[in-house]
Amino acid sequence: MNAGRVLSKGLVRLWLPVLLVAVWWYASADSSNIYFPPLATILETFQRDWLTARALDDLVPSLTKLVIGFLLAAFGGIALGTLLGLSPRVRSAVEPIMQFLRSLPPPVLLPIGLLLFGITGAMNIFIIVFGAIWPTVLNTADGVRSLPPELRDMARSYRLGFRQRLFAVVLPNAAPQIFSGLRVTLQLSIILIVVSEMVAAVDGVGFYVLNSQQTFAVAETWAGTLLLGVIGYLTTLVFLLAQRRVLAWQTGMHQTRKA
Amino acid sequence: MGVLTMTGMTENTGAAALEVILELQGVEKAYGSGSTRTQVLDGVDFAVNRGEFICVVGPSGSGKTTLLRCIAGLMPPSGGRTLFEGDVVTEPPAKLAVVFQDYSRSLLPWMTVRRNIELPLKNKFARGERAERIEHALRSVGLAGKGDLYPWQMSGGMQQRAAIARGLAYQPDVLLMDEPFAAVDAQTRIDLEDLVLDIQREYNTTVLFVTHDIDEAVYLADRVVVLSGAPTTVSHEIPVDLPRPRDQVQTKLDPRFAQLRTRIFELIQNAKSSSVINRA
Repeated sequence: MNAGRVLSKGLVRLWLPVLLVAVWWYASADSSNIYFPPLATILETFQRDWLTARALDDLVPSLTKLVIGFLLAAFGGIALGTLLGLSPRVRSAVEPIMQFLRSLPPPVLLPIGLLLFGITGAMNIFIIVFGAIWPTVLNTADGVRSLPPELRDMARSYRLGFRQRLFAVVLPNAAPQIFSGLRVTLQLSIILIVVSEMVAAVDGVGFYVLNSQQTFAVAETWAGTLLLGVIGYLTTLVFLLAQRRVLAWQTGMHQTRKA
Repeated sequence: MGVLTMTGMTENTGAAALEVILELQGVEKAYGSGSTRTQVLDGVDFAVNRGEFICVVGPSGSGKTTLLRCIAGLMPPSGGRTLFEGDVVTEPPAKLAVVFQDYSRSLLPWMTVRRNIELPLKNKFARGERAERIEHALRSVGLAGKGDLYPWQMSGGMQQRAAIARGLAYQPDVLLMDEPFAAVDAQTRIDLEDLVLDIQREYNTTVLFVTHDIDEAVYLADRVVVLSGAPTTVSHEIPVDLPRPRDQVQTKLDPRFAQLRTRIFELIQNAKSSSVINRA
């Protein structure tokens, strides 16, 4: 691809966000409404609170809890889903309980989490894992069960061991479905870290947003909200890059089939 | 486990004794039960000698794939048994490899061809030996230097070559092939037929080759096993006394080739009409 095409592709994607920011900038420039401070003020606050060492106080705890919670939900979800996918017996035993737990709106777990863990990082992580694990569990179980009979025969006739079957055949075959589950798990993790920090935390971005709102620090509320958007956007971007790498074979296969 | 006493040693008329490597004894398979029970295999008996090339043909719907799955240990027969080197087959034997009909679904699309071939070798051979075997197998099937491609970057014929290479590198005593060339075009098919003949000579493997193509069966085989229509038994075993090495032009011009072909064609036609009568 030449430079001109890269540029025009970038322009197509960027013109609307740039336009909206510009409109916001000019429309709010002289705003004296306390609920809608000028974008310039919000960005100054953003720069002061989130682009300096001060950011470490709230950003690092939030991101740490998010990453730990997401990884626990992801690996726990893949492990549990694999077990469910491989064993019909485990599946029929666990399915009703799982459907029940899955139907609980995750924020409902907050009071119990508070009772069990108090206002701690462990509590925030508990909420993430319990609330966000289910899409990965269910998608993994489905993906594991969807092994084509041809591959099952191949694995059996070449006498592949359990680990080979699992890591070379079953899980790669399930990978596209696992990834779509993980993506939802990631989105839920971000929602839940913010919600749980708003309700019960002494630091973190969620705490910052709600705390600033309750103390009428409106520019801070806006800046924190913007930051959450940026965090969500960037984590999804990183996730999609990882997915593209792991599922490169699938993309390649689809492109050759179309050609 | 093994019933070693059952290893048959049949006397050849010549000097060398033929060793039976694979023996089917009254293999039956039925699906369903009660009134919906369908008898697919109704006592199939035949034996394969070490180093032989056997083709199995039969009218469509005669349970060729079912038979192959029973032999491969992928499916338990409802009656009778298969002996592999004297042992009753209850699970896929270690010295048997299968080349499946649907190559596009039996190769793993998330691995390169080299890693596809390597996967079954990991329990059998050390790393250095694996690499050697893979390269040798790739060369044998005409895919030297193509090991780093993914299966979906290859044509159908190349994918089936890769699947054959995987079978070869596994170094089986018996190679089972289930209509392996049914999905490739005619020209590729001819190339692959000659490839399999070359390979069989090079590796001295026993081949059991299921096909619905009579020409292919006569061209490849030392002996053609003709199945009856369902419920299936062995209707005839036809020895193919055409000279080797076979040649796509010379062999097919041989009047005996035409005779054998006609003979087997008639047998299959008869089997078809009789099984229609049975059903009516």
